[in-house]
Amino acid sequence: MGKRVGMEVSIAAAEAVKQANVDVISAYPITPQTHVVEHLSELVANGELDAEFFCVESEHSALSVCVGSEATGARSFTCTSSQGLALMSEITYIASALRLPIVMIIANRALSAPISIWNDHSDVMSIRDCGWIQFFAENGQDVYDHVFIAYRLAEDRNVLLPAIINMDGFTLSHVIEPIEFIEQEKIDRFLPPYQPVHRLHPDRPVSMGGIALPPIFTETKKAHEVALQGSMPKILETWKAFGDMTGRYYQPVETYKAEDAETIMVIMGSFGETASAAVDLMREEGRSVGLAKIRLWRPFPFEAFKQATLHAKQLVVIDRAISIGGPGGPVASEVKAALYGEPIRPVVYNFVAGLGGRDVSPSDFIKMVDKAEIEIEEGNREGYEIYGVRE
Amino acid sequence: MTEKLNVFAVRTLTQKEYFAPGHRACQGCAEALAVRLVAKALGRNVIIASATGCMEVVSSPIPFTAWRVPWFHVAFENAAAVASGIESGLKVLMRKGRLPRKKIVTIALAGDGGTADIGLQALSGALERGHDFIYICTDNEAYMNTGIQRSSSTPFGASTTTSPAGKVKMGQITWKKNMPAIAAAHNIPYVATACPSYPIDLVEKVKKAASIEGPAYLHILSVCPTGWRSAPELSIKLGRLAVETGIFPLYEVEHGKYHLSIDFPRLRPIKEYIRLQGRFRHLTEEMIGQIEERVRKEYAELKEKAAKGVAR
Ligand SMILES: Cc1ncc(C[n+]2csc(CCOP(=O)(O)OP(=O)(O)O)c2C)c(N)n1
Ligand code: SF4
Ligand SMILES: [Mg+2]
Repeated sequence: MGKRVGMEVSIAAAEAVKQANVDVISAYPITPQTHVVEHLSELVANGELDAEFFCVESEHSALSVCVGSEATGARSFTCTSSQGLALMSEITYIASALRLPIVMIIANRALSAPISIWNDHSDVMSIRDCGWIQFFAENGQDVYDHVFIAYRLAEDRNVLLPAIINMDGFTLSHVIEPIEFIEQEKIDRFLPPYQPVHRLHPDRPVSMGGIALPPIFTETKKAHEVALQGSMPKILETWKAFGDMTGRYYQPVETYKAEDAETIMVIMGSFGETASAAVDLMREEGRSVGLAKIRLWRPFPFEAFKQATLHAKQLVVIDRAISIGGPGGPVASEVKAALYGEPIRPVVYNFVAGLGGRDVSPSDFIKMVDKAEIEIEEGNREGYEIYGVRE
Repeated sequence: MTEKLNVFAVRTLTQKEYFAPGHRACQGCAEALAVRLVAKALGRNVIIASATGCMEVVSSPIPFTAWRVPWFHVAFENAAAVASGIESGLKVLMRKGRLPRKKIVTIALAGDGGTADIGLQALSGALERGHDFIYICTDNEAYMNTGIQRSSSTPFGASTTTSPAGKVKMGQITWKKNMPAIAAAHNIPYVATACPSYPIDLVEKVKKAASIEGPAYLHILSVCPTGWRSAPELSIKLGRLAVETGIFPLYEVEHGKYHLSIDFPRLRPIKEYIRLQGRFRHLTEEMIGQIEERVRKEYAELKEKAAKGVAR
């Protein structure tokens, strides 16, 4: 068993990057990501981490530097939030299409305007279709663990895709949690140095990033889709291997008291722990409520999700982002799409909550479940609302 | 004398082609010629990061490539950042013993749009960070790849599709941005201008840039017959005229010291250059006079800097 240490989650994330023996780090500061890169620069400055560290002039360049370094075969890392992610978004699509296994932590924060430094998921939802593997962490341990999981998976020759670890800004990034550290020898065994299939090097010249004319473009997209969908077994395998090493087994959709529940709340990220507390309170009152936490956002775990929720009468999906002018929150859209083909399926009620750092407490989750159950009872089967709007 | 030497000495260049024939550049494209010469000068041990633009498009239609050296295209505005990453990746992998140590030159290659406009920030960042790389701007004085739109490197008076000569405006109304001066202001060890009409000079400068540690910036005037509305067979001549009229002087800035590569006691009238290009067709005598005056003034300033041996 590794050492358990009380530590700010951002610092633990940076320590994981160090333990992962990252070669190149390139980032630009933005709240609430700053503590991660500050700590990494400290580690490099103190000689505790042998990496090239660049505090570049923009997030666009931060990811571009990683694209360049990763293409030479160097394990590369970046980290951002909100506006920074929006600025680098162009390159997120390119990094994945070029099949460069970069790992990025996003300390999730609302997108402007109005400018807000606080948490929601609108930043990452803006690049939903960028073709990266995307995880949502529930707590600090998840963030720490997934740095190793993400690199091993991303660099797998059968995967070769970049990966995003979503870490809720402040609610995760800035809290102190007990983190169980993994011994370095174990990590070195779990995550050996990156061996690229192709790299930019004069000994074996390759051209990367050419232009695709219409007769070939569709095929490149199909290949990317096959790769991302096809990464699912590898994801499960990697989680299994990680669990065997640490005793911490992860699942694409994790449930809490959902097996027999009539109503299941569906969430992503740090909502998980608060929502679990709400489930306990409702269970004490004898209510049949459970929780499903989507840990893997891309590739979307359709089968696992159905398995976890299909038996319920209703799902209360609580999104932390809004698709303005659209059908509600992005998670609810996905959930509805996942269930649409099922002859018998639960009714989906959607709340958008916790935008721009608005606190969502256990009692808020209970209120949302109350409201959804009443609405559905009254025949509202397409419910969608923004929760807690002050009028 | 220099002219004769240039014509003759070209034959001494390597016969090897690293930017292979068969690419899809237009006839008479001096940008492709510049790239070909750059590649010859650099040889095998190089990695090139190209920005989006003509040279990327003409050289890389999947599954073909004109590149016999490692080549990478990522986006339009980030060639300098991508090159920064390549240089750093090689450096750290060699330090950690995961790649054998050897000298590999990292190149960022971009057009004037990818350099003076949308890529200026990434370029400035990379120069300031001091990466060991060469940034090469092939300047054809507009966004040619997308159909001859103006850039900040388009010369005053030139008609482009977004600075058209119309009834009230006479083409580009701003003066060409001085990119070499901007690069030099970053206090980097080496800045130079070049033109493929002077191939030996160009090759020597590329080699010098490659031998210097730290960032180097090369600004290469590249005649584009398609965008300049000039005859393809005149590309070499136009490059020479650009230099001989003082419109595009060839010089180096080494550790802040200016040095003219070729000096002309008397500059040719700019009309000789301007009259061969459709993009300037609409210019009045008055405007040509205005341009000439500015060219002379800037040339004199440059000479003064070179004479003093000091910079900026
Ligand atoms: C972010 C972004 N904006 C715009 C474009 C469209 N675009 C591609 S190449 C180009 C112009 C290239 O001009 P320049 O850098 O001068 O190179 P040239 O084609 O003239 O060699 C433009 C506007 C793009 N690819 N990406
Ligand atoms: S448009 Fe101009 S720069 Fe582009 S390939 Fe043709 S001649 Fe060369
Ligand atoms: Mg151009």
